[in-house]
Amino acid sequence: MLSIIDLSISFTQYRTGLRQKTMAAVSNLNLSVAAGEILALVGSSGSGKSLLAHAILGILPSNATMTGALVFKGEPLTPERQRALRGRDMALIPQTVNSLDPLMRAGAQVRTSVRNGKGRAVQKNMFERFGLTSRDARRYPFQLSGGMARRVLVSSALASGARLIIADEPTPGLHHQVAQETLTQLRELADQGCAVMLITHDMGTALGVADQIAVLYAGTVVEICPSSDFKDQGHLLRHPYSRALWRALPENEFHPISGSQPLQDYLPSGCLFEPRCEAGTSLCKNERPELRELRSGKVRCVHAS
Amino acid sequence: MPLEAKDLSFRYKKSRWILDRVHLELQPGQVLGISGPSGCGKSTLARILAGYEKPLAGGVTLGGRPLPQKGFNPVQLISQHPEKAVNPRWRMHRTLNEGFRPDDIVLSSLGIEKKWLKRWPNELSGGELQRFCLARALGPQTRFVIADEISTMLDPVTQAQIWSVLLDSVKKRNMGLLAISHDKNLLMRISSMIIIWEDMMMGS
Repeated sequence: MLSIIDLSISFTQYRTGLRQKTMAAVSNLNLSVAAGEILALVGSSGSGKSLLAHAILGILPSNATMTGALVFKGEPLTPERQRALRGRDMALIPQTVNSLDPLMRAGAQVRTSVRNGKGRAVQKNMFERFGLTSRDARRYPFQLSGGMARRVLVSSALASGARLIIADEPTPGLHHQVAQETLTQLRELADQGCAVMLITHDMGTALGVADQIAVLYAGTVVEICPSSDFKDQGHLLRHPYSRALWRALPENEFHPISGSQPLQDYLPSGCLFEPRCEAGTSLCKNERPELRELRSGKVRCVHAS
Repeated sequence: MPLEAKDLSFRYKKSRWILDRVHLELQPGQVLGISGPSGCGKSTLARILAGYEKPLAGGVTLGGRPLPQKGFNPVQLISQHPEKAVNPRWRMHRTLNEGFRPDDIVLSSLGIEKKWLKRWPNELSGGELQRFCLARALGPQTRFVIADEISTMLDPVTQAQIWSVLLDSVKKRNMGLLAISHDKNLLMRISSMIIIWEDMMMGS
């Protein structure tokens, strides 16, 4: 459904006076998500996860420079095509419920995103499926609870008939039950043939619902693997950072690694994880490894086996 | 000397009572976890304990005496949003060294790099800023640390790193720690006792 090929995003910032600096927020990122599949993007804070979502929809800020290619349903995703497709074939479930129009009734908001068929019928159908009543449809966002508002956002994305759904951190701040409900909805979407990209920093959430996991570090993908590889001591994982993530969970070993993610204007010339890697060698210092196939997954590490 | 909250009651303006006659006692060396749904008053309690907010009734004492009004506060609060807890017009070294000069061992165990010190807060991520907030809270006079959802926005590796430094200092210097989080796995991992706010039950 969607392929991201060698995507890099950088920002130019002015420092004091006219001095400029370039921040590499995303570098050489490769990913693809297929119909019927949930791909979860997990990884370090500030590794460019949300930026990626914005790049796909074509809503990056104007000081961003993008290189690489996006391919949607076999054709390149140009700015014109992004404009035509977003809200129709590609939909975003935004991070906050503040994205609802505060002056529009819930039902009407969902009807505006319906592209095929009768708006009212589609909206009614959606609300029924998500346990919202016709009374809820007449409510304004401030009259809805957080969980209900979130269900309205999901209904909207689904009513659009989009085939690619990008959900940006849909669960934090929600009660466990509502969070679970949201994830079940995403699973249903995928089962009906949508491609779902789930951005989250909550590993538990990701592993519970996703088919594939993409691990991001310092703006690039270090590993792509089936979510079932995250188990036991993480011995099935391919990249040392994925193993570190897994071992760091409080329900596992709660084991930290030292150091910190490199700054965006100070990226190492070799492997981005090398400064923190126990297995690092001079080869890792000098050359940035390519993403390569390994055991029905992918990894960006020369030592992985 | 324990940190005690007696009969705390609080509400904002004319809203409902957020805290209603709350008692809490925290001993040096103790790690107490609090979990509960959003809006139940956990953060308000944290702010009162650290002296950021005055209770409408009741009071907070440290070893039987009220918290000092001047100088370094022995009860240090670390919050969920580090970007709101640092001065945006100060470079990081000024924020870090405002109260005292944290030693290099703490800085390196937190993964704070020398080149970060010259930066402005908006040039660093939340995870990077939170490391500074932790370092500056662990002053020589700190007796108690109130950690209010300090790792909610962070990835698991950074979370484990920050907690390992905090728990280590708390243990070495016999400080008391109140950890507020909605993540029960985290609380079970770090605390000796957990208060689950929603049903007002205490368990260990």
